[in-house]
Parts: sequence; C-alpha cells; structure tokens
Amino acid sequence: MKLKRILGVFAALLAFSAVAADERSTPVRIGLTPTFPHDQYRPLEKWRLYMERKLHRPVEFTRRDRYIETMDLLRLKKLDFAWICDYPYVHFRKQVKLLAVPVHKGRPTYRSYLIVPASDKTTKSILDLKDKVFAYTDPYSNTGYLAPRFDLQQAGADPARYFHKTFFAWSHRRVLESVATGLADGGAISSHVWDTLSIGKPELTRAARVAAKSSDYGFAPFVAQVSVSDDKFHAMQKLLLEMTADEEGRALLRELNLDGFIVGDKRLYEPTERIIKAVGEK
Amino acid sequence: MRSVFNLSFRYKIPLWGSLLIVTATLAVSTALIVQSYDDLRSDLVSSSASLGRTLAKTLFSAMIQEEVWQAFAIIRAPLHEQADDKLVQPEMILALDQHERVFVSSDPKSVPMLTDIRKHDDEFARLAEMIVAKPGPDAPIIDLSGARRFYAAVPVAEEGARLGTLVIVYSNEVFLPRFRAGAWRGAAIGLLVLAVLLPINWYWGQRTAAPLVALARSADDVARGALLAPPPGTYPYGDELGRLFDAYGVMVKSLHEKTLLEEEMIRSERLAAIGRLSAGIAHEINNPLGGMLVALANFKRRYEGDERAGKTVAILERGLAQIRDTVSAMLVDAKVKGRDFAPHDLEDVRLLLAGEAHKESVGIDVECGLSEPVALPATLVRQILLNLLLNAIHASPAATGVHCSVQFAERQLLIKTTNSGNAIAPGLMDRLFEPFVSGNEEGHGLGLWVTYQIVTQLGGQITADSQDGLTQFRVALPVGETNA
Repeated sequence: MKLKRILGVFAALLAFSAVAADERSTPVRIGLTPTFPHDQYRPLEKWRLYMERKLHRPVEFTRRDRYIETMDLLRLKKLDFAWICDYPYVHFRKQVKLLAVPVHKGRPTYRSYLIVPASDKTTKSILDLKDKVFAYTDPYSNTGYLAPRFDLQQAGADPARYFHKTFFAWSHRRVLESVATGLADGGAISSHVWDTLSIGKPELTRAARVAAKSSDYGFAPFVAQVSVSDDKFHAMQKLLLEMTADEEGRALLRELNLDGFIVGDKRLYEPTERIIKAVGEK
Repeated sequence: MRSVFNLSFRYKIPLWGSLLIVTATLAVSTALIVQSYDDLRSDLVSSSASLGRTLAKTLFSAMIQEEVWQAFAIIRAPLHEQADDKLVQPEMILALDQHERVFVSSDPKSVPMLTDIRKHDDEFARLAEMIVAKPGPDAPIIDLSGARRFYAAVPVAEEGARLGTLVIVYSNEVFLPRFRAGAWRGAAIGLLVLAVLLPINWYWGQRTAAPLVALARSADDVARGALLAPPPGTYPYGDELGRLFDAYGVMVKSLHEKTLLEEEMIRSERLAAIGRLSAGIAHEINNPLGGMLVALANFKRRYEGDERAGKTVAILERGLAQIRDTVSAMLVDAKVKGRDFAPHDLEDVRLLLAGEAHKESVGIDVECGLSEPVALPATLVRQILLNLLLNAIHASPAATGVHCSVQFAERQLLIKTTNSGNAIAPGLMDRLFEPFVSGNEEGHGLGLWVTYQIVTQLGGQITADSQDGLTQFRVALPVGETNA
C-alpha cells in the first residue's frame, strides 16, 4: 500500500517534470498584426530573441495581414498572445484577455488620421472626399475603418455610398502608400503608424498630408488567448512591462516608437465600444 | 557628267572604287540599323508578351476578388526593378475591367482608378477599340503605328472567361535612345570600314592606273615622233595589261625599225642617185678628157723648143691629170674581174700602210680569220680595206692603235675597223657616205664614197658607229662561189 503511494507520488513527479519540461520547450506563440509596421523583419527578430532570453523558452511570431485571421488563430488556440487592434479586442472580448497596453507619447491612446495626397491642399475633413476613392485598412480596424465611417455617419452620410470606390489595403502602411502614390484620394490610418513611418520612411509621409485627426481611442492592445495559463500570462506581462528596465528593452521600444507598456484598463476602450455601437457593426 | 568620264584613270579608278565602297558600306550600315530596329522590336514584343502573360495570370485572382491593393502591387512590381535594360521597363501598366475602365493603374496620378480609357486620350481610345475588336485570349496586340507609345494588351482571363485586360505601355522615349544607340553603332562600323577601305582603295587605284598612265604618255610621245617604248619592267606582270605592254613594245620597236629602214632607203636612194649622176658626169668628162690628153701628148711631141708653150702645156697637162684622177676615183667599176681575195692580201694591206702608220705614230693590229681565199675580187676588197684603215689612221690620235678584223661567217666576209679619237659629229653621220664630205681638212672626201660604191656594187652593207670615243666601221660582203 505504502509502496503503491510512493510509486504514485513518483509517477506524479515524473509526469509533472515531463509537463514542466514540455512547457519549457513548447514555444510561446505571438500573433502580430499590421496595427504597427509588423513587416519590419530585423527589429522584430531582435525583439523575439529578447523575449526568448527573458522567458527562457522559444518564442514564435506569427504575422497575418488580416485582423480576422489573427482572431481566428486566437480562437483556435494556435496563438498564446497577440498584438491586435482595439476594435477586434472589444468585438471579441470574450475570447481574449487584456495583457498590456502600449504607451506612445506618454499616453496609452492613439487616434485615426485622415490622410490625403500632399498635392491635395484643400481637403479638411472626410466630408470633402465625396465620390472619391478611399482606402481603408481592414474591416476590423478602428483607426483605419471604423473611425472614418463613424465620422461620416455622425455627419449624416451613408458610409456605404459616400465614396466612388473604396478598398482595403490590409495595413496602415499600405493605406499611406496608396494615398502617397495617388491610388486613393484619401485614407485612414493610425496616428502611431504615421508617427513611426514619419521617422522611418519620411519619403512616404512627405507625399501625404494629415487632413483631420479623430479623438483618442485606447491604443491597440496586447492580448492573451483566454486559456493561457496564469504563469505564462504573468511572465509575458512582466516581460512587456519591464522592457523599460534594461537598455536592450529601451532600444527595442525606441525602434517600435513606444514609451513602454502598462497593464491597462478595460475602461480605456469605452470610446471604441461607443463607436462600434453607434456604427452598428456589433 | 562628261567631264567626269574624261578624268584620268588616276582619279577615275579610285573614284569609282570609292563610290562602290561607300554604296556598299551604306547598304550594310542601313541593313545593320534596320536589323537593330527589328531586334529591338522583337525584344519588345517577346519581353512584353512574357511579362504580360505572367502578370495577367497573377492579376486574375486579385481582380476577381476586387483586391485593389494586391493588383496595384502586382502591376507596380516590374516597374520597381532597377533594370539596366531600360527597354523592358514599361512606362505604365494598366489593369482594365471588362468595360475598358481602369481597375488599377501603376500611375494613378495620371490615370486614376475607374477612368474610362476612351476618355483619357486618343491613343487609349484607339487601343480600347482594338481590345474590343479582338477579344480572344491569345497573344498580345502591339500597336506601333504612329503613336507616342507602344502598347501590349493581354487578356486577364481564365479558361476563356475574360475578366479584363492588362495593358503594358512603353514609351517611345525609352525605345528611341536604344534604337539610336544601335543606329550609331551601325554608322560607326560603317565609318570604320570606310576609314580602312578608302585609303586602300585609293592606293590600289593609283597603282592600277600608273601603268595605264605611263602607256598613255608613251603613246602621246610616239604620236609626237619620239619612238620610245616604256622602259622594260614598268609593268612586269603577265595579265592583260602586261600583254598590252608587250604588244605595245613590239609595235613601237617595229615602228622604229620601219622608220630606220625608210631613212636608210632614202639615204641609199640618194647615194645611188648621186652615184648615177656622178658616174654619168664622169663618163661624159672622161671621153673628151682622154682625147684632150692624147692631143696634148701629140702637141708636146711636135712643138719642142718653145719653152713658154711647153710650160703652158705642162700646166694644162697637170690640170687635166688631176681631173682624170678625180673622175677615175668617181668611176667605180665593180665588174672588174680578177683573182679572189686571199689571206695574204690582208698582209699586203698592212705592209702598204705601215709607212703611213709610222708617220702618224699609230699602231695597226690586224686580225685575220681567213684560212683560204674567198670569192670576192681581191682588188676591190683591198681598196675597201685601204680606204677604211687610212681613214682610221688619220682619225686616231698619236700613240693609239687601229684594230682591223676580217672574218668569214655565214657566207659573208665581215670586215671591222675600230679606232679611238674624236667621234663623228651626228650631223656628219647622215651624209657620211656622200662624195666630198670629209671629216678632216686634208682629204677630198671621196674615200668613203668610193668604199660605199664598191660595197653596194658587191651587194654588201656598210655601217658606221661612233660613240664612247670609239669609231667603228662594219662591212658585210656576200660571198659567191670561189673562182678555184
């Protein structure tokens, strides 16, 4: 009997150590979306290696252009964490947990910028672009889709018929390129991407002009898939929050054009929720 | 035009050659230029066809899903290549929908989305017509006629279903510099060929013309009377020109000989006429002279004692005797029969002349090639030898020698006398054998004339040659059967 118990404890220990070993060798899977310039390979690779060192386990980045694909991967538990937009975060709140909120220019918020080609000197608001070609970012983007449509709706216009043609460029950066090359007469992008590209790709931002700025929305958050273990959640959250603590982390934050991360609060996303309701997309 | 054909071969041959070379080079250069144009065009066709097909394939899914950005990225991709070969870099690429409206263009600023290309400009309108007229999903249409741009239109289709058209636009501005570069290359090669060939042609032309020019000059000289062929070796080859030179030389030579012959005939006839005249006069004088001399002899015999008369008669007698001598010298009679000329006659002549030669301090060297008598009258041959050798002795400066050779060859007796001393003047040479023509003060000028008469009457020939300080007389006498 005693032997049985001892054996039982031993087996349990073995199993636990196996699980622990398995936990350490399975990679942490992080989804990246175009909510920030996610196609820059080199700085992101540095960030991934930094994470691997801090977490003592492999880290995998999964890049998808469309927010809905990243949300699907989260739902299918193919991802542990993801950096997504505030709109899908609010929209799919039941499937994710808020992990951390980036801070840019001292605030955990960002805005939607209405951009037009630099040659367009007259446009002051989205209402000036009637019957023009308009570039959206993604149907699940707040700053690149929801916010401009909300503005139109507030002005009494029907977003579905207001423009001559609209298309999705599937990233903030490509919306900027569409506007800069003249493919679109206007577009909506996140203020953070605009600020970041005005440092990294000034030739792009020079070819465009910010015609209007929206009010503040909660910054595109880092979320965790609901079933991620607490250990994993806390380890990841700790990593992000402490990036400002070391020089390498600060350098990475500079490259991401962020001040750092904070724990964040759901209340931060109330403006987003309001406009979702207003536009009736929910 | 005629004046061009009248030009000297020296200019005409190189000019014609140059004309041919320039024409040929122009033809080759033009061919090269046309070839480069064709190459460029076929490059353009094949590269745009392959680019168009590749793009159209990937564009299909973007267009059917209305993915504007994706389509934009696809058609912009070939334009972003930093290709050295500017020709394959299109100016613009357009994706048109089924109604020839712009689905997306690589240059949205000039051709925005949803533009009907018929309204954009005339060239696009023509292109749209061609696209509508040729809806098949086959090879691209290239429209090059008079347009500012070239167009390649490929259907965006799958399994025969056409979604739209991909149009690749090439600017003339990238095509023309390439064509110009090719054309310049052709022209430069042409110039290089000319630079090499023209001098060679000029040299060859001059070389070819030079003998012709020499021949023409010589012909001009001949026409003016100078019968001189071009010097041998002017054109030492065996081609037609060489044969022409040979024939020309032969012609000039025979002309020369003919002229000499004519001169010789004239001279002989003159001498013969003089001979007949003088012989006639001599006979006419001789007959009364003989009578007068006989009468004087009779008179002398009968009227002895009258001293004065005797002196007068003596004067008359001496004068008549001189006339007789002169006349008898002019009366050469070759019909005299006698013994044949024998080797010892030559020795006699030498002995006869020894005194005179000693007086003039001149040596005589006689070379006898005879071993037996020859059938010629000894008296006459001796006279020929005496006359020629006496002349030679008198013409020779002191302490020199006179050479005489007598040979028998080819049924001819050949006599040759040679002496040094002053040459016979050219003016004198022509009239050398005429009577009373003398090279010196002493002689009466009948010696050579008599010699000539004898030689002529014996059917032989006499020639004189005087050059380089040597004077030579040659006599050739035909020999009949010996009077054995």
